[in-house]
Amino acid sequence: MTLVVAGAAAVYTLRIADDCLVLSHRLAQWSSWAPALEDDVALTNIALDLLGQARAMYARTAELDGTGRSEDDYAFMREEREFVNCQLVEQENGDFARTIVRQLLCSTWQLSQWQALTTSTDAQVAAVAARAVKEAAYHRDHATDWTLRLGDGTDESHRRMETALDTLWPFVDELFESDPVTRDVVTSGVGPDPETLRREWDAYVGHVLADATLTVPESSWKPSGGRRGLHTEPFGYMLAEMQHLHRSFPGVTW
Amino acid sequence: MSEETPAPLWEVFIRSKRGLSHNHVGSLHAPDAEMALRNARDVYTRRMEGVSIWVVPSASVTASSPDEKDSFFDPAADKPYRHPTFYSIPKEVQQL
Repeated sequence: MTLVVAGAAAVYTLRIADDCLVLSHRLAQWSSWAPALEDDVALTNIALDLLGQARAMYARTAELDGTGRSEDDYAFMREEREFVNCQLVEQENGDFARTIVRQLLCSTWQLSQWQALTTSTDAQVAAVAARAVKEAAYHRDHATDWTLRLGDGTDESHRRMETALDTLWPFVDELFESDPVTRDVVTSGVGPDPETLRREWDAYVGHVLADATLTVPESSWKPSGGRRGLHTEPFGYMLAEMQHLHRSFPGVTW
Repeated sequence: MSEETPAPLWEVFIRSKRGLSHNHVGSLHAPDAEMALRNARDVYTRRMEGVSIWVVPSASVTASSPDEKDSFFDPAADKPYRHPTFYSIPKEVQQL
């Protein structure tokens, strides 16, 4: 039996938008701090792609939830507990290795998700997905290239990659969780069953990590709750920084 | 990556959409050729500047020396007959 959630499609698109926005902001925090100018440009390019995806999905959410809120309303005027992004995207940048690992884990999953969404019964979501697939494919390739070089690089880079994997791996399970919202969008054909994306993800990430001479960590701790507005400690700080300008000077433009 | 030894330098050539040949656009650092290509895509084609990219290790470029400028280039200065300005070019020839 299927439990139909009121406005499930809107919650679903909001989740995708929040994932994109939060990851985008994390990457934007590298601006002027990356190891080299080239990496700085690459990471902020990816951040801008994700921001574009977030904007499109917020716009669609506003139509679906009937509130007509603006993209800024979603990004800057909601409290921490109202954000429904997964916890992986909000994890701190750490060193370059951790940012690359986070990107590999996220982009591999996002690519599969966007590919599935190209056949969404929601025409607007499908249109956004058609463009996002190309962007996500590049994000995944970029993270893959760096993973191979850092994992199979020096002792120091290898050690940092292993540490990053151990830190971030527990947050992977949440990406593939099903709940009443995802079950509803599967029924209506708006989105894929998250669990069905797992096999492809495992195969790709496993392959890359093996090539990069990295070990797949084992973790019994499986944090969760981002989809219900429960977030890890660093998220509040990130949100405060991200939102303060807009809240201090409502409607400011420059 | 590390501050002590920057990654090798690469020269970047881009062929624009309407361009006929690759043009030198600048240089960048990258640990190897593949990453150089990726970096070039990010640094030099963000505004749809190109449809094809070449990267060449800067160390592989043999450059003429500024000291030899006179002997290299001056002799061509007074030989206007080397320029094809005395011929009328048929209209059908688009590129010459």
